[in-house]
Amino acid sequence: MLQIPAWKRVLILGLIALGLLYAVPNLFYNRVEQHNDAIANMERSGVETPEDLAAKAGWPNWMPSGLVNLGLDLRGGAHLLGEVHVADVYKARMDSLWPELRDALVAQRETIGAVRRVTAPDGQLIIEIGNADQIAKAVEIARGMATPVTSISGAGSTDLDIKGSGNRLTVQLSDAEKAATDDRTVQQSLEIIRRRIDEVGTREPTIMRQGADRILIQVPGIGSAEELKQLIGTTAKLTFNPVVSRGTDANARPAAGQVVLPSLDEQGIYYTLEQNPVVTGEDLTDARPSFDQNGQPSVDFRFGPAGAKRFGAYTSANIGQPFAIVLDNQVISAPVIRQAITTGSGQISGSMDVEGSTRLAVLLRAGALPAEMTFLEERTIGPELGQDSIDAGRLSSIIATGAVVAYMIASYGLFGVFASVAVILNVILILSIMSMMGATLTLPGIAGIVLTVGTAVDANVIIYERIREELRRGKRVAKAIDDGFNEAMSAIIDANVTSFIAAMVMFFLGSGPVKGFAVTLTIGLVTSVFTAIFLTRLLIVFWLDLRKPKQLVL
Amino acid sequence: MAFRLKLVPDETHINFFQWQWLTFGVSAFAMVASVVITLVMGLNFGIDFKGGTTIRTETTTAFEVGDYREALNNLNLGDVSITEVFDPSFGATKHVAMVRIGTTEETGSVTPEQLNQVEAALKTVDPNVSFASVESVGPKVSGELIQTAVYAVVAASLAIMFYIWLRFEWQFAIGAVVSILHDVLLTVGLFSLFQLKFDLTTIAALLTTLGFSVNDTVVVFDRLRENLIKYKTMPLIDVMNLTCNETLSRTIMTAVTTGIALTAMLIFGGDVVREFVIAMLWGVLVGCYSTIYVAKNIVLWLGVKRDWSKPDPKEKQDEIPAAFRDAP
Repeated sequence: MLQIPAWKRVLILGLIALGLLYAVPNLFYNRVEQHNDAIANMERSGVETPEDLAAKAGWPNWMPSGLVNLGLDLRGGAHLLGEVHVADVYKARMDSLWPELRDALVAQRETIGAVRRVTAPDGQLIIEIGNADQIAKAVEIARGMATPVTSISGAGSTDLDIKGSGNRLTVQLSDAEKAATDDRTVQQSLEIIRRRIDEVGTREPTIMRQGADRILIQVPGIGSAEELKQLIGTTAKLTFNPVVSRGTDANARPAAGQVVLPSLDEQGIYYTLEQNPVVTGEDLTDARPSFDQNGQPSVDFRFGPAGAKRFGAYTSANIGQPFAIVLDNQVISAPVIRQAITTGSGQISGSMDVEGSTRLAVLLRAGALPAEMTFLEERTIGPELGQDSIDAGRLSSIIATGAVVAYMIASYGLFGVFASVAVILNVILILSIMSMMGATLTLPGIAGIVLTVGTAVDANVIIYERIREELRRGKRVAKAIDDGFNEAMSAIIDANVTSFIAAMVMFFLGSGPVKGFAVTLTIGLVTSVFTAIFLTRLLIVFWLDLRKPKQLVL
Repeated sequence: MAFRLKLVPDETHINFFQWQWLTFGVSAFAMVASVVITLVMGLNFGIDFKGGTTIRTETTTAFEVGDYREALNNLNLGDVSITEVFDPSFGATKHVAMVRIGTTEETGSVTPEQLNQVEAALKTVDPNVSFASVESVGPKVSGELIQTAVYAVVAASLAIMFYIWLRFEWQFAIGAVVSILHDVLLTVGLFSLFQLKFDLTTIAALLTTLGFSVNDTVVVFDRLRENLIKYKTMPLIDVMNLTCNETLSRTIMTAVTTGIALTAMLIFGGDVVREFVIAMLWGVLVGCYSTIYVAKNIVLWLGVKRDWSKPDPKEKQDEIPAAFRDAP
């Protein structure tokens, strides 16, 4: 065991050197961060500004530039856990199915009688037919509209679940289709949220799916969770609908296919609109903040070819009629069409400030969320609190390391020095591996590093205690050290595996800071075994070769 | 001869089982007491587990908790608690309070409008006040978080038990799990007794000390297995005492180094992680005790197979203790 081949020595020392190299950027955190930001900035915009070039020059390109990612609790920022109302989509699907199904049923009016949609719970379509004895025929027609589900789990089933009883036909999405729809809805929401946050251009946001219908969003550096919520919480569903009438009655009964929506600016005014929009936000290709002819903030938008064509056709056919611009079920404005708009562009103005118009433009560009979101968890951490935590963490790590080093040297003398070198390198290695992985350091993570300082010496202690015993049995120095290492190995492995199990459980079941802690702890376990077994042994072997001691006091 | 700090002398011959009924009684009593305390006093759950909102306020001048409370009373927020936070690192110009608002029946947690009202009300009391962190968790998530936390502790215990059973014998696994249970109960009991904030990070601390405690236990078990092979006919109780004396120096050493590191964190780490560090420090102490006085005793009472080298029954008659045999 004490004969370590040259290549192994080089490998061990090489790994340590590599670790040191990758930990270095963290010493110059701000400078390296600006360097990285500048590179990202220039890549995104394609423009090389002098400031970016200066920031880039602040850190040499040939050096590693990976940094330990600071968690929200250290950097400050906002954290949201949102739940997507996946069932919203079921309702929209039923509403869009109705006209098609109605036409199909009405075509068979002679056999099934009059067709009427009755109020039903959300996500269900209930239709009453005139001739109850012909319900089987109605079911058959409805079934004809169903299409096979294209998902692995839903193979062999169709997207609609259709039942007939009495004179009622009940249509809803089948379970397989619901599952497939849910998945699509969450994926879409995730994508749109990511686009909205990227538009604002913040650094390293975390946007990920959690469980079936939840989305976790963490944005460092943003002022508050409230701000973040305004950015991603709005569905931003934009539609252009024909106006039927304008009134002050919120409870006006709309005819079938019509809706009553409140006005955004005018208190107490309600519009009755056709439910099917002429064009929607999905037809937009661009939206940008600007000012209208009165100097008020507004948003300019542009339709794609298909949208422009439809909008042009509608406006030329309805000159003199009002149409409504509806955002999230509120009428922003209802201008009268003066002339056909065939250019495919337009302007939304209303009561909004510059910030509001910028945000609306971002929202319109990124697209509408397919379903509403509610927030189950909101956290804002101020940047000062984060900095305080970093300072406290750094101070306590240094003191803890110093105290442990002093104690180890007092207990084991020269061998204590070896163990101390191992402990200090262990902390550096943890930081460098986290930098390489881009892992996130949280406040509990710092506590984890401090704890690792305490436990990392454990492997050394087990070995040294073993060597002491072997020495007491009267073995020669080299033999005692060799046996000490060998005998201690199984205890070290077992002890670390059990800690590893606990860390894994935390990683898979924990969230946020706990997960960060588990990552730090796991990395610490691996590096501490490496430093205790390989590095300390190498140091001891160097010492043995150099001094060839006859006696060892441990 | 060079100086060496030794908390434990080279050779110890402590009979750890001399007082085993007493130590067992103390452990059992402490476990029962922890359960009773937790049931009677309850735990001071953080918003992770209970739902609600916490606001951390920071200001440069001293303030009266009463003034804050008065300012918030008019807002009709339901269950509001305000505590001043003290920390040696704060100095004279930093005064911190935690405002906690419970979940309300209708809305679940505090609405953004209410939050603005709270912040405005506190600003009128003290214009310098800033809000270092604002966190709110809805009741739906908090329920799930409790469930996940319980799963985590149970899953970790089972996984560790399985591993020990694999590497050693089932008696060892039982011993280790009983000592895990002992450590977890005592930690929860401490948090209940002093009404320390019990949240997600406390669970992380609990799992860590659980790993640490088992780590300790496993090192002793490893040596015990080795000694069981060495001294085949020595009574089990004596082998255990020998093992425990041999590993005592290491057990104390590691507890001390870990204790030193955690104490540094406790004093200088700031108030945000204080509960977390307390849980770990206490866990290390209790874990050290349970290694010496709980895990082994369980194995002793359950008995354990003596022959670890070969299945041949004749081997059992080998003489002790001079015969030195390598581990298989």
